[in-house]
Amino acid sequence: MELELRGITKRFGSLVANDHIDLTVQPGEILGLLGENGAGKTTLMNVLYGLAQPDSGEIRIDGKPVVIHSPKDAINAKIGMVHQHFMLVPVFSVAENVALGVEHLRTIWLGRMTIGGRSFPGIPIPTTLFDRQRARRQVRELSERYGLRVDPDAMIEDLPVGVQQRVEIIKALLRQANVLILDEPTAVLTPGETEDLFRVMRELREGGRSIVFISHKLKEVQSIADKITVIRRGQVVGERPPTATDAELAALMVGRAVELRVTKEEATPGDVVLDVKNLTVSGGILPTETDPGRNVVDDVTFQVRAGEILGIAGVQGNGQTELCEAIMGLRPAMGAVHLAGRDVSYATPRDRLRAGIAYIPEDRHEDGIVADFSVADNLILDTYDRPPNASGFAMNLPAIRKGATSLVDEFDVRTSSIDTPVGTLSGGNQQKVILAREVGRKVRLLLASQPTRGLDVGSIEFVHRRLVRERDSGVAVIIVSSELDEIYALSDRIAVMYEGKIMAFRPPTVPVTELGLLMAGADPKASDTEELAEEVEALYDRPQADDESPPGADPPVDGPQRSSE
Amino acid sequence: MTALATVASRAPVSVNRKWIAAGTMIAFGLIDILIFGLFSHRGDVSYALSLTGAKINVPTVKVPATQLAYVLGFASILIGIARGTLPESRAIKILSIAAVLLFFVLSLLAWADTGSWANGIPVNVVVLLQNTLATSIPLILGALAGCMGERAGVINIAIEGQLLLGAFTAAIVASAVGVLWLGFIGGSLAGGLVGAVLGVFAIRFFVDQIILGVVLNILISGLTGYLYDRLLVPNANTYNSASTFSTLKIPGLGDIPIIGPIFFDSTIFLYVTYAAIIAVQVGLFSTRWGLRVRAVGEHPTAADTVGIKVLGIRYGNLIMGGMLAGIGGAYLTIGSVGTFSKDMSSGLGYIALAAMIFGRWTPLGATLAALLFGFTGALGSFLGSITVPISSYILAMVPYVATIIAVAGLVGRVRAPAADGKPYMRA
Amino acid sequence: MTEDASGPPANTAPEASTPASGSTSGGPGTPPRRGLRGLDREIINSITHGSPAVVTILAIFLALVIGALIIAFSDTTVLHQFNSFFAAPGAAISAAWHAVADAYSALFEGAIFNPHTVSAAFHGGSVGAIFYPLSETAAQATPLILTGLSVALAFRAGLFNIGAASQWIGGAIVVTWLGFGVSLPPVIHVIVCLIGGFIGGAVLGWIVGDLKARTGAHEVIVTIMLNYIMYNMLSYLLGTHAALQQPGQSNLTSPNIAANAQLPHVGGPPPQVGVGFLVAIAAAAGLWWLLERSTIGFEFRTVGANPSAARTAGMSVPRTWVLAMLIAGGIAGLSGAVAIQGQFLSLNFQSYGTFGFDGITVALLGRAKPLGVVLAALLFGALNTGGTNMQAATSVPVDISKVIEGLIVLFVAAPMLIRLLFRLRSTHGGGMEAVAKGWNG
Repeated sequence: MELELRGITKRFGSLVANDHIDLTVQPGEILGLLGENGAGKTTLMNVLYGLAQPDSGEIRIDGKPVVIHSPKDAINAKIGMVHQHFMLVPVFSVAENVALGVEHLRTIWLGRMTIGGRSFPGIPIPTTLFDRQRARRQVRELSERYGLRVDPDAMIEDLPVGVQQRVEIIKALLRQANVLILDEPTAVLTPGETEDLFRVMRELREGGRSIVFISHKLKEVQSIADKITVIRRGQVVGERPPTATDAELAALMVGRAVELRVTKEEATPGDVVLDVKNLTVSGGILPTETDPGRNVVDDVTFQVRAGEILGIAGVQGNGQTELCEAIMGLRPAMGAVHLAGRDVSYATPRDRLRAGIAYIPEDRHEDGIVADFSVADNLILDTYDRPPNASGFAMNLPAIRKGATSLVDEFDVRTSSIDTPVGTLSGGNQQKVILAREVGRKVRLLLASQPTRGLDVGSIEFVHRRLVRERDSGVAVIIVSSELDEIYALSDRIAVMYEGKIMAFRPPTVPVTELGLLMAGADPKASDTEELAEEVEALYDRPQADDESPPGADPPVDGPQRSSE
Repeated sequence: MTALATVASRAPVSVNRKWIAAGTMIAFGLIDILIFGLFSHRGDVSYALSLTGAKINVPTVKVPATQLAYVLGFASILIGIARGTLPESRAIKILSIAAVLLFFVLSLLAWADTGSWANGIPVNVVVLLQNTLATSIPLILGALAGCMGERAGVINIAIEGQLLLGAFTAAIVASAVGVLWLGFIGGSLAGGLVGAVLGVFAIRFFVDQIILGVVLNILISGLTGYLYDRLLVPNANTYNSASTFSTLKIPGLGDIPIIGPIFFDSTIFLYVTYAAIIAVQVGLFSTRWGLRVRAVGEHPTAADTVGIKVLGIRYGNLIMGGMLAGIGGAYLTIGSVGTFSKDMSSGLGYIALAAMIFGRWTPLGATLAALLFGFTGALGSFLGSITVPISSYILAMVPYVATIIAVAGLVGRVRAPAADGKPYMRA
Repeated sequence: MTEDASGPPANTAPEASTPASGSTSGGPGTPPRRGLRGLDREIINSITHGSPAVVTILAIFLALVIGALIIAFSDTTVLHQFNSFFAAPGAAISAAWHAVADAYSALFEGAIFNPHTVSAAFHGGSVGAIFYPLSETAAQATPLILTGLSVALAFRAGLFNIGAASQWIGGAIVVTWLGFGVSLPPVIHVIVCLIGGFIGGAVLGWIVGDLKARTGAHEVIVTIMLNYIMYNMLSYLLGTHAALQQPGQSNLTSPNIAANAQLPHVGGPPPQVGVGFLVAIAAAAGLWWLLERSTIGFEFRTVGANPSAARTAGMSVPRTWVLAMLIAGGIAGLSGAVAIQGQFLSLNFQSYGTFGFDGITVALLGRAKPLGVVLAALLFGALNTGGTNMQAATSVPVDISKVIEGLIVLFVAAPMLIRLLFRLRSTHGGGMEAVAKGWNG
């Protein structure tokens, strides 16, 4: 089924999210749609899937124009979508989720009996009861046919993210999708799981289906796509074969030459600032007869010194969030936390902030800012009751405004005034406000969790530069990130978290293959991981057209990497 | 230096709850023994177990009050200890709570009865339970209405208003037209209308649903009060003299000892309530419709992306639920006293909400909770009628206090449908 | 383990999360133009762009219209005329018009200003009588200001205080008992009673806040239950001679409070202003300072706007809840105090009237801001005062005021509806688009 988008334009107020976009996908083809955060990829796919209506343009399937007003129309047109944020009901089972919207109904057969060898099926009575058995059967069939292992009765909320993704794919396949759209599918996968996904994608392609693979990750798109279309600021800016160079694609994505590596000096670590011993957050999986269970954060011990950046790598959901919250006192935990020699294990979050920890939370919208408050008010969230912002109970408005103005200036926050509600700013500027608030005061430790998620390249560069600057001025920095590029670019030391434990520490020269294995919980030394290592290596290691080093993924050494040590 | 501290984490909290429950049970047992036992009056309490003139007469049970209290109190303490030490299962939890409460009530009744002028006249347990069911009808229907709305993701605080308007409309229509069934239908439609208004403002205009519910209740109270003064009082014969439905005994079932008169000998309202409970329970959890409704309430975007009409389902549930609540309101007039008086719903709608939460948003759970609250009301009335040395005002407080305790204590944190209260906007 | 979302999906067009956000030129952020030309540009802009003030005025207008319809079509004379509408349409319409006009003019005369008093003044009557309706309005508004402030404060902290009635009663009980049961010199007695009223209400507010902080019990249900508990408690205490009941009486009434405890008037012969009114205004000013200029108020507002962010920034959300409900309860208790000490002078089992629920509507109309609450309370005070006069003059029951007030609030809480009806373009942030919250706040 050939899918064509012609001249799709979509505006939100004065912002043009999609600007006359033309796109074609052939049957049996994997199209990689590449663009940075905010380029308009998801909006385009929402239009295709009926979640948004274009202001102009048309969609054609096999040459004939189709109108897609709602997801139902898209499903009827055999378009399936796996969203970046899964569209699964957490408290339903796999089968229920897959069947939702296309459920089969049970028929009750009254009077079924066998008389003298002849069986009489009975009178069929149609009901509107949901036929759960049938749904489970369907899931099992699809699961086997495509090698997507899932248990039809498992609750979605109990499943790891990689498995949930399989459920989403099965959902689309059940509805006989011919075109499958995958929106940033690898954001939550280990390198090993990513390879699994690619295998499935190739199989689907062999079966004649088309796949649109949306991502901002260069390497992956190069690895899997048959054809790459680059989008920037709502427009298609180029089509390239997967053999195009990283630099070329990156430049197309961003529109200028991109400095793919942060320039930084060698670190000169000083005294120990943060000392974490045996930190454990219970919960997680409770012990049963067969499973010893595990804690969300399991007996974690590490230290961070002044003037160094510790990068905590790991796929989301392995306890990193809870670790940060435990260090901040936002989550009950056992174990000891010392800050510059002082025991803060029992201190309240407020005391820890006062003691000199700065925290950039993972979910900036939920935990980092108060959307309805002004920029100025957001900037004093931590310090509103201390001089100069307040004396006693009374707040000092002029001082607050003065401080806000200077911070906005220093951190280049693009806003019309310090009174604008912070919720109207772009993600990048919101993050700058949070950064300004946290490092605008004197701190010893900076804890940054997924600090550049969802930001455009310009903001990412800003945040990275600032983090390095803090490090250079003697602050101990911890950065938690699921973007390996970022970890490699910034860290002086890398720790890998898996299932609540720190698997290992490595220097930033560690090969990706090894890191990927650690992230998947595997032991790089064990022999049966070699095959996996090769696949992961294939993912990240390709001959480059020119000499410029790839963005932080592999250090410039000769030849393919093997897990050594 | 590095102490391993056990700050309260997930596991210890559930241990705390267990000990709170066990402690409460032991406390109840001690009350049984010390207050109802030690301070009781001499005498026997007799529990009548059937109505006069019933076909099968169950003999009255007569027990000495003091001893009864001691025995039941002791039993409660044992249950409390068992609860604190033995591993728990869901069924055991519910049964143990039920048993302790039952013992408490029996001891209370024994103490009250022997201390009252009415001692000698048997405490008619059957009548008490009949009244419980009767009081619970609007609570159950209201809670069902709440379930239907909230399972689809819309908070319905306006149950109180639905009851009130249902009562009002039923009374007027039945009185003016003279046909009780039309009053029934009118009350139901009135409740549905409120549901529709709630839907429009909550779904289309994104008004905060809690504020909306409270304001609607105020509006309906004002409107019915105004019309009461303006129309009903001067023209009471035309507009406020509805008769009531008579009771209907189901042949056979209605004669079963003890259970029969309670469950199978009442007005049509009770039978409609049974049907409603079954319909909503089966509907929500076994039909395709119910699956879609729950999907809308948990993750409306996901439901939208598979082609389910989120808004339509929300409106539909609010209106249908409203119709149920309207029937509950109609019961207050044409199922009970016949005439309408201002603000006669007196907070039942809010108690129904609490029952829904207490019952974890399931029809069966909500029904059990509603019955519990209804029982406290019936008990209060009964104690008032035998002139216990407690002011009737204090007794009237009991259902409300029970609700607070339920919401705050015994249940623990419950989880509403995930998208409850959040208006759906297609991004 | 599931969503890694950070708010709106990152890949959608930046900040396009409110599809209806129009251009913001001329909206709240731009500074006003100088001079008169700038002024009428401002007015036109605010009308077409539906600023909160405009939405409020239109909501009031719409509510009055609907109220008029209710009045007209529940009047038996009017209904009678409409039966023969086609025979004499003019008569029918004029009957309707008269019913409404009589009712609303009685409302106005009772609340604001009665033209007859002006002409009477010219003929030697007292000048002060002209201001009588206004001072009545102010007196009626006084307890509403305070209950409105109570609900507003709680709302700013993210809590629904539906129980202002129970807190009012709590305060009133303490005040009454202190009023007649204790003997103190003049000014001190007044102050002690006021403080007692605050404490009485604060205790009830504290119960709600503490339950929520400790057990997560939702305050909507707890406050409503406390309302009913306190209604009964009041009746009980008023029926018990040992407690509050007037000796020798079997009614549910208390003795009058001592003269020393009563709130005086200020300003000699009419026009007068009750000291209670001044107390209410002072409370509003104090609350404004608390919310906008104090650190505690900043905490309240942050917890109300985003409890997660507040927690991450180190604030203690449960402690804030308790403190907010404590103060809110106290203010509602203060309302009971000024009502008893300034107006009723004794307590009966129905004294609480509609103060509690009216506080909710006042707070909503006033957008939970102290100044707005005062203005809204004055409006509702006018409607209530006028309503009593209307009932006396035209036999339209006073409950219609409640209906009109409810409608105003409903329309104010649904600005989109108003804009739709009156074809206004939307402004970002116009009106009280209270972000809809669920049971989890």
